[in-house]
Amino acid sequence: MRDKFIYSPWISLAPALTIIMALLGASLFYAIAESFGYINAINQTNASFDAYRETLAFNSEFWVSLGFSLWISIASTLISSAIALVLAVWLSERRGNMDTLALNWNLAFPHLVWSVALLLFLSQSGLFARWAASLGFITTPDQFPVLVRDRFGIGVILSYVGKEVPFLTIILLSVLRSQAVGYDVVAENLGASRWQRLRYVTIPQVLPALLAGDLLVFGFIFSSYEVPALLGIGYPRALPVLALRFFLDPDLRARSEGMVISLIITLIVTLVAIISLRIGERRE
Amino acid sequence: MRTILAYSLRFILYLILIAPILLFITYAFSTRWFFPQTFPVEWTASTVQRAIQDSRTFSSITQGLMISMLVSIFSLLLGFPAARVLGLRKFRGRQLIWLLFFLPTVVPPLAIGMGLNILFLRIGLAGTVTGVVLAHIIPTLPYTIFTLSSAFARYDENYEFQALALGASPLQSFLKVTLRMLLPSLVVAALFAFLISWSQYLLTLLIGGGQVITLPILLFAAASGGNPATIATLSLLFIAPPVLVIVATARQLNQHGAGIREQY
Repeated sequence: MRDKFIYSPWISLAPALTIIMALLGASLFYAIAESFGYINAINQTNASFDAYRETLAFNSEFWVSLGFSLWISIASTLISSAIALVLAVWLSERRGNMDTLALNWNLAFPHLVWSVALLLFLSQSGLFARWAASLGFITTPDQFPVLVRDRFGIGVILSYVGKEVPFLTIILLSVLRSQAVGYDVVAENLGASRWQRLRYVTIPQVLPALLAGDLLVFGFIFSSYEVPALLGIGYPRALPVLALRFFLDPDLRARSEGMVISLIITLIVTLVAIISLRIGERRE
Repeated sequence: MRTILAYSLRFILYLILIAPILLFITYAFSTRWFFPQTFPVEWTASTVQRAIQDSRTFSSITQGLMISMLVSIFSLLLGFPAARVLGLRKFRGRQLIWLLFFLPTVVPPLAIGMGLNILFLRIGLAGTVTGVVLAHIIPTLPYTIFTLSSAFARYDENYEFQALALGASPLQSFLKVTLRMLLPSLVVAALFAFLISWSQYLLTLLIGGGQVITLPILLFAAASGGNPATIATLSLLFIAPPVLVIVATARQLNQHGAGIREQY
């Protein structure tokens, strides 16, 4: 009877594996081929490193975009972690599922919608500008500070912070709630102050989880297109925005450069994900 | 003093969470809301009405719903057997399989979409609903497999053997034991596969190539320079399914919430 169920696992895995491997493999294959200049549409079939050379040239826009992407990714990740840490510690001292539910509510707003909301809130004719005007701080829209579509990526960072804080808080809360309250109480009994308890008990407890979560967040922000495309400006622009710009260029030779940039993004994000996975494993 | 602080902090937290919806409703249902006015003075449903009756909006909704439902169904069909094996069996190469399924969640949609764009142009799938569904399966399938395999890891196969020993047919045992016991996880997996597909912008843009128009595509175009009332209306339509799903699955989300977000 039981024998019927003990067949090779590969038969069950085959459909899912085939479709993922075929699609992912083919897309990577074409991306790499095109990055080396194989473009069938214009019958260009000789391999060259031209696109790599041009992309990585000293005065190429790639470096500006790389710097900008690193800036928004790192700033968003650090700000989100700090807020999430405070929020998680504060919420963990209280019981009840209501807060977790409230944090999950955030899932209802995809990044695109959340960015649109920020646009309506923060633009120079947005809701906050109107309120500032009616409170007498400003008289015309252009006196309101440029917070979205600004040079420094403030709007982009704000958008990511709003989305990542709930995500990181949920991760931290699940760690804090799964741990016995004992350590904290022991430290308190031994005379540790609130700050000392946070610094020497709580933070070391959540650090591996926070680090793993941070790397995921960093990778996600570094590689995603919608938010910087919507809330950023033409120059400097984030790497994914630059990659897509090249890829959709009417001049088909620019596509190779788009592919090079997209492959570099993929490489960086994959490395970051592997490190995050390692940290997560060590925790278990 | 401390309770007041706690309550006001919580109040602010909850306010931030519902603020976008209030904002969209305000913008969508108001008209002639000129600059210095703090709140709208004229309310109207005409923008919303016009947007809903607009054939482009309507077809983007039906097309999006169809794509997301197909993606959800295929993800379950493909993911279920794989998840069962991964959750219940130990075999050589299991780690490698995990890693292979983990890969699509790491490789950014940008790179996947750009590569598939070339492939699908060659085999005639670019600009078709089939092509978009196939592309959406790449991010949803791993998620479905992870959700279901963690459900299988908590599942006891012996219930099936018991049903068979008591004379149930394999089909009966599958329907009345296996599916019945896994139903909550199946529902969560299906709904979130649906949502991931529903909110997909880049893959739809790169594979659909302007032929397959879904709500995110319309919203993105409007947000790059449309009027606020239209943007707000499209946003409301766009978040309606996620809001319903979050409310309906609030309980299960406590277990799965963290895994889902990465896809958005």
